[in-house]
Amino acid sequence: MLTDKKKIILTLLALVALFGVATFIQTEMDSYIRRIVNLCLIYAIIGLSMNLTNGFAGQFSLGQAGFMAIGAYAVGIFTVPVDLRPMVFYATPMNPAISHIYLSMPQALLLGGLVAALVAGLIGAPVLRLRGDYLAIATLGFSEIIRILITNASSITNGALGIKGIPALNDVRYIFVATAITYVVVALLINSSYGRAFKAIREDEIAAEAMGIDLFYHKNLAFMVSAFFAGVGGGLYGALLGTVDPKNFLFTLTYNFLLIIVLGGMGSITGSMLGAVVVTGGLEYLRMFDEPMEIMGVAIPLFRPGLRMVVFSLLLMACVLFWRHGIMGTREFTWEKFFSFLRHPLAFLRKKEVGK
Amino acid sequence: MSLLRTENVMMQFGGVLAVNNLNLEVNEHEIVALIGPNGAGKTTAFNMITGVYTPTQGKVLYMDASGKERDLTGKKPSTIAKLGVARTFQNIRLFSDLTVYENVLIAKHLHLKSNFLSATFRLPWYRKEEAAMRESVEALLKEVDLWDLRNEKASSLPYGQQRHLEIIRALATSPRLLLLDEPAAGMNPKETDELTDFIRHIRDQFGLTIFMIEHHMDLVMEISDRIYVLDFGMTIAQGDPESIQNNQRVITAYLGED
Repeated sequence: MLTDKKKIILTLLALVALFGVATFIQTEMDSYIRRIVNLCLIYAIIGLSMNLTNGFAGQFSLGQAGFMAIGAYAVGIFTVPVDLRPMVFYATPMNPAISHIYLSMPQALLLGGLVAALVAGLIGAPVLRLRGDYLAIATLGFSEIIRILITNASSITNGALGIKGIPALNDVRYIFVATAITYVVVALLINSSYGRAFKAIREDEIAAEAMGIDLFYHKNLAFMVSAFFAGVGGGLYGALLGTVDPKNFLFTLTYNFLLIIVLGGMGSITGSMLGAVVVTGGLEYLRMFDEPMEIMGVAIPLFRPGLRMVVFSLLLMACVLFWRHGIMGTREFTWEKFFSFLRHPLAFLRKKEVGK
Repeated sequence: MSLLRTENVMMQFGGVLAVNNLNLEVNEHEIVALIGPNGAGKTTAFNMITGVYTPTQGKVLYMDASGKERDLTGKKPSTIAKLGVARTFQNIRLFSDLTVYENVLIAKHLHLKSNFLSATFRLPWYRKEEAAMRESVEALLKEVDLWDLRNEKASSLPYGQQRHLEIIRALATSPRLLLLDEPAAGMNPKETDELTDFIRHIRDQFGLTIFMIEHHMDLVMEISDRIYVLDFGMTIAQGDPESIQNNQRVITAYLGED
């Protein structure tokens, strides 16, 4: 048996090793690979955040794009160098109250997360009384409202023009650290008493309430923590793109993350990480379907831009039909399972309920 | 001194009067049963006491640990649970995808004092609380012989064990008043006998007061100190088991008139 101390040491070693990998990717790989890895990591952050409400607390919320937008705009508004701002805000000058405030990237990310959490708290109060589909529709609506407010607050957000000139953040190590922090915090939260309360709400709200779990408080807590990390992830996303634009945060963006958590497994943080890699990496890998292809001199007619999404959708449908609980279900990576896999790989895989 | 009292409680759903003018009294350390034909309003009465429904009229009063009488009417179920009223459900409501151990551990959450940040970052005072929670769950599960099944999924237990676990989970909230909604439903005579002993045992060991809805008359007559009989939302009789058995109105309600 592994003691808790050993597990913590192993986890730290693994994080250091992964940081080494991130450094390697940063220094040795080309910018295309770096970009994909960065996107994977950012999607993992937002996937994790979405899994917290949807997978663990069982509240079907589709507001992630809105919270990302808040985070991205916090980065956009405050990290553009002050002397460049008049050029960015050429149509409507920036509101003088904020035009001289400059924040460093970590500060802006933190601010974005906090504002997103605050907004989530305000939205959550009325909306989290709803259940199931109604909650999904209401959160989707609020996510659009956030986007439209941003589009119209021109003197702060530069409206539909978006904010360009955000100092580029294309450092894998930086984003890796943010992802690692998110992963560790979410893992700690869901394994705490509060996390167990979230799961109880997911399993049976009425029973959870009868056991003294305040539904409103706990749902709102999950929603706000989720929004915080979505805000941070959104900020990183904006910084990676170097520009934020309201059109980047259409509600369709949320479906990417829904895809990640469904594919990875609702209620598994390991699953969200895997899902992020599979979805982001998979979409890139499938790019070959978007290019014309010739086999023995004959052009295959279907291969043209857009086929990638058709193939991807088919794969997804197959996944949902045959593999309903996603890659991980509600299972998690643990060091015990890892070592039992190393010792007897075949026996481990043959077991039907892996690691149960 | 009565632990639980309802004053002219009434529950109306649209045109249906589910419970009319209910006046109950449950004293400390008593086992009180609520019986009546199907649809008499028994579970509705439970739901009003535990805050699932807010009564249309009347008051639910409860004496808290400090001996102060509190008005539970319209309070949230979670608040009522924190005051020491735990319950089970007619149709089992376990956290079915979680293990036996987790099911019981979750019931300890309501007494947690650390906030979510100290819990997330495992600050010393949270770690102490968590350890205490785990210790008492371990003791409880060992006491009721469920320790060996602690890593089983709740849904994988046999039916009787699930009912059992639901009671244990309610006990884990450290209640003073335990409401059991048809604890013997679907049990065979042997299991019912075991349940009878078990209910008595937990009442004595934990100093509980038990208020239950039950259809198994053997169980009710053997275990109850007092019985209330409901029919069509009205209290038609109350008293000790013997007087209820001979009460003409009760017999009529159950068997009909000639």
